[in-house]
Amino acid sequence: MSKLVEAIDIKQYFPVAGSGLLSKKVVKAVDGVSFFINRGETLGLVGESGCGKTTTGRTILRLNEPTGGRIIYDGKDITRVNMLPYRRKMQIVFQNPYASLNPRMTVGDIVGEPIDIYKLAASKKDRRDMIIGLLERVGLNSEHANRYPHEFSGGQRQRVGIARALAVNPEFIVCDEPISALDVSIQAQIINMFEELQESLGLTYLFIAHDLSVVKHISDRIGVMYLGKLVEIAEADELAFHSVHPYTRSLISAVPIADPKASRERKRIVLEGDVPSPVDPPSGCRFRTRCPYATELCANREPELQEVGSGHFAACHHIEKVK
Amino acid sequence: MANILLDIKNERLSFFTPAGEVKALNDVTLSMKEGEVLGIVGESGSGKSVTAYSVMGLIAHPGRIIDGSIDFNGHRINDLDEKDMRKIRGNEVSIIFQDPMTSLNPVYTVGNQIYEAIRLHTGKTGKEARARAKELLELVGINEPEKRLKQYPHELSGGMRQRVMIAIALACEPKLLIADEPTTALDVTIQAQILELMMDLRKKIGMSIIMITHDLGIVANMCDKIAVMYAGRIVEYGTTEEIFYNPQHEYTKGLIRSVPKLFEKERGKLYHIEGSPVDLLNPPKGCPFAPRCENCMKICIKEMPPYTTVADDHYSACWLRQKEAFMKEKEAANE
Repeated sequence: MSKLVEAIDIKQYFPVAGSGLLSKKVVKAVDGVSFFINRGETLGLVGESGCGKTTTGRTILRLNEPTGGRIIYDGKDITRVNMLPYRRKMQIVFQNPYASLNPRMTVGDIVGEPIDIYKLAASKKDRRDMIIGLLERVGLNSEHANRYPHEFSGGQRQRVGIARALAVNPEFIVCDEPISALDVSIQAQIINMFEELQESLGLTYLFIAHDLSVVKHISDRIGVMYLGKLVEIAEADELAFHSVHPYTRSLISAVPIADPKASRERKRIVLEGDVPSPVDPPSGCRFRTRCPYATELCANREPELQEVGSGHFAACHHIEKVK
Repeated sequence: MANILLDIKNERLSFFTPAGEVKALNDVTLSMKEGEVLGIVGESGSGKSVTAYSVMGLIAHPGRIIDGSIDFNGHRINDLDEKDMRKIRGNEVSIIFQDPMTSLNPVYTVGNQIYEAIRLHTGKTGKEARARAKELLELVGINEPEKRLKQYPHELSGGMRQRVMIAIALACEPKLLIADEPTTALDVTIQAQILELMMDLRKKIGMSIIMITHDLGIVANMCDKIAVMYAGRIVEYGTTEEIFYNPQHEYTKGLIRSVPKLFEKERGKLYHIEGSPVDLLNPPKGCPFAPRCENCMKICIKEMPPYTTVADDHYSACWLRQKEAFMKEKEAANE
């Protein structure tokens, strides 16, 4: 297996509006995150709102210019290069299918736009055939090409968004919460479609979501983020059954389980308080303000990711105690 | 035997829009005992929120209850005028909404909004109201209540705002609290806090709760009874155990099977229900789920299925169950 995408210590800071000239404040949305994704693999990224998972996805694609760090794609450093040739290989599917499709364009033109930009079609007929092929690939049909986004349900719109991403034959797709705006019965349809497309086209995914059960289902490996930091990363099963970071553990225990007996029997770790502001994160370990294991050490020194098992990394000073 | 707190019979409710009549509720019958936690699950447009709003008398133009009756705590809700409804709303039944940011007024302090509820419903003013507000904030687990009372909604986090909403809803210790997707806008760890708080308060105050959600995990954990809604109908109703371990409607079965399991090693394909939700402007003639159902029969497309009683407190509207019941009867007759 070869690494297709690699993020090395990427940082993404945003200036805070209204901060003065002399005291420039920044939000450290992503603050030194490193990971890699193998070809054909799905890496899941979970965390609560504001943890930087979406920003990480966008930074990898350089939709936001990274403040620091390097992004490697297929062995080449793309941190400073012209992205145009890479956009063909790296695509994104957005969270909200209502906001990410232009309401004035027909679905055919939405899917056809990337084909036009990269001049992939030799003739008009060729273009139309490609569009229909793409729509069929995502479970729509040729009739749909002449309609407008408002005529579609949420699930169908998300299919259009996926067809658009597939139009340029990408290798890598960032899926940014692609199912959280959909109904339960439709979510399963779209998850299955992502998996089928991956199999038939050999795609590599960065799958971002806040729903741990969904991420666990679709991912080979999962990374957990908290306040701009990657706190734990491991194979999906390893993470679900043998997590060691206190935050991951509380996150897992907070996921509602659709099984009355199991849900009543299990022990819950209910975290106190809220996520602190990323403008002024706690010193040392960022999770320490809500962590039941926190000590003075956590306030003074920031824990680094350390290997706790094969391919399983966690950033915590008290792994032994948590176990 | 606990008393019946809420009894909805054959409720039909439509929204008369320029595009035509949207049949939001079609023959909804549902009852609830005192002290129970009832979960209503379903997809967007299934009528779960509308059912609850009609209990609160919160159906606005162009919506109208066409038929049926709603009895709550000794009142015939659909016969009451707005003036009488106001006496019940907030006093006997309260509601919390999905998005705590849009349900709190951004230009008033949290304290002001809690005082308002207390003043309107209990007549307490001044110091008394303030003391009660502080007490309520403590009840919902907000620290430094004095400070919070002076703050505006935007200064609070999502979880904190939802706690404030709950405090307002509890101002008069209602008999029934309707929670309309109270945690959908919140993060999982905060969701866990709010759900725990609601269950705690239920024990302390002894109120009943209607929990409206699309998340099967939430109802599995909190509810005594569950009503599954689809296209404005209750397609299945039963105890939590029955619904999860012995579902008798194809939609319920599909829904339960299509939830990804966190604690399962096997990574096979996820089950999914084909098709899209129903268009309520032109609902199908027969069973609304028939076009998406794997075991659809001829009769399902033609006629609406009646309810089949599966067990005490468990019924489902599915022709397959009718067929089974019929076969059983026939067998018995033959013997």
